[in-house]
Amino acid sequence: MIRPLKKVLTDMGAHRFLNLITIATISLSILVVALFLLVFENAGRVMETWDPGGRAMVYLVPEFSEAMLPDLTAEIDRLGDVTEITFIPKSQALARLKKEMALDAQFFDTLKENPLPHALDVRMNTRGDFERVAEVAQKIQALDMVESVEYGQGWLARFLEFLRLFRLTGYILCLLFSLIAFFITAITVRLVFHTRQSEIEIMRLVGATNGFIKIPFYLTGMVQGFAGGVLGLLILFTAYLTVSSGISRSLGSYVYLDLRFLSAGLTGLILGASTFLGWFGCYLSLKQILK
Amino acid sequence: MKRAEKDVRCSRPHRVLPTMEMNLDTRKNAIIRLFNVTKRYGAKLALRNVSLEILPGEFVFISGPSGAGKSTLLKVLYLAEKVSDGQILIDGMNLARVSASSLPFLRRRFGMIFQDFKLIPTRTVFDNVALVLEVAGKKPSFIRRKVMHVLRITGMETKAHALPPTLSGGEQQRVAVARAVVGDPEIILADEPTGSLDQASARRVLEILLAYHKKGVTILVASHHLQQLQTMVRGRTVVLEKGELRMSALKCL
Repeated sequence: MIRPLKKVLTDMGAHRFLNLITIATISLSILVVALFLLVFENAGRVMETWDPGGRAMVYLVPEFSEAMLPDLTAEIDRLGDVTEITFIPKSQALARLKKEMALDAQFFDTLKENPLPHALDVRMNTRGDFERVAEVAQKIQALDMVESVEYGQGWLARFLEFLRLFRLTGYILCLLFSLIAFFITAITVRLVFHTRQSEIEIMRLVGATNGFIKIPFYLTGMVQGFAGGVLGLLILFTAYLTVSSGISRSLGSYVYLDLRFLSAGLTGLILGASTFLGWFGCYLSLKQILK
Repeated sequence: MKRAEKDVRCSRPHRVLPTMEMNLDTRKNAIIRLFNVTKRYGAKLALRNVSLEILPGEFVFISGPSGAGKSTLLKVLYLAEKVSDGQILIDGMNLARVSASSLPFLRRRFGMIFQDFKLIPTRTVFDNVALVLEVAGKKPSFIRRKVMHVLRITGMETKAHALPPTLSGGEQQRVAVARAVVGDPEIILADEPTGSLDQASARRVLEILLAYHKKGVTILVASHHLQQLQTMVRGRTVVLEKGELRMSALKCL
């Protein structure tokens, strides 16, 4: 395996320009595909932290007193799908707010009375089913002593819709750029094949089988695909390091963003796919030429 | 693949057949037979009703002026070209029935010396010669040993790592000869093997061919400069003129 690979690398060196152009083009296609996957992975993770899942915050009317709590929790319990109800007294809510807004905490000291309402943190086993959360939340809203219910209604639904569209566009673009990588390899193989036509003819005349002629081309396609994949991921990684450190510097004090590079599994998958594309481009091209 | 190889393989002739002693009985064992072979390129006839038999171990000169069909005759023998009419049998195998998948295995029985050498310019002398053994799936250690052996015989050992374009015409011809003999072929087809060479280089190439002839290899040499060749080798001369066979005669020293 090492000897043929060495020969392939020597041959690629002999057609340096063509091969470099191919690897660069494949790397750009892989870069776009990997960029989308990177955005999806991170957006998904960030979404998870934003998505209340089966959770609703129930804000109570000012007249509510803790003595009414057992009746209210029993009523909410009866609505079904509720797994846990935690009472958050307004004093505790204020303390938490002060902690979260550490920089502007002194502002709260100027308040004469606590403006926050008592609240209930209601958890439901409806994770992933936004419609069901909305249904339960609306029933809670109808109860006495309930001022409002926050379950990420409007903005979350819109965000989810946006993410769905973004994903769809991403998948289409991924497919298009994969096709580009594939066609580029196929075209390069054809060009290299034609520039090496006389060499291939000599091979045939001395008794080379089609298999013997094809194998170096397959290996070349795989090397091109793999090299393009590595180069594309390296560019993306460099860009990721630059952008993520910039984002952390500018937004880090306001929001917690858990930005990560592509997982090892996905990186392996991208490299495998780019190697496969390189081979497949070769395969189809040679199938046509050598039929 | 191995089966196909088996189909086209035959036992190597080990004894030298004295050309002078041929008779009609031995002709039954001809390794190459052409029956009324015609080759047309469009309206032009390159070969016209050529019938010929060549025995194992024979040294045959194919003579004739330029354009007489000498190269075409060699090309149809190793199936670089297909005949338009007629039949060719190689060791009893009809070339018209050789499938595309068996063709490489048939070609491995031939050693070809091309008029234009047909060396791969981007590969070293060693790699050009080794190609014949690589396509036959030989082991690297065997290839190294065998290639260096034939390069030694052809006097190209010191140029093993040179690229063909850096060699002289005579050196390139010797590399072509080395490539033709490295696979121990049963038949060597040489198209103008001394055409562009000076007398000393031509003599060297011929000596190498002669050495293989003595081992029992059938050799066909197409050339229009036969005087020098015929002073060295005892063989039969086949004369082609405008694609037609004019004469097939024994020539001895």
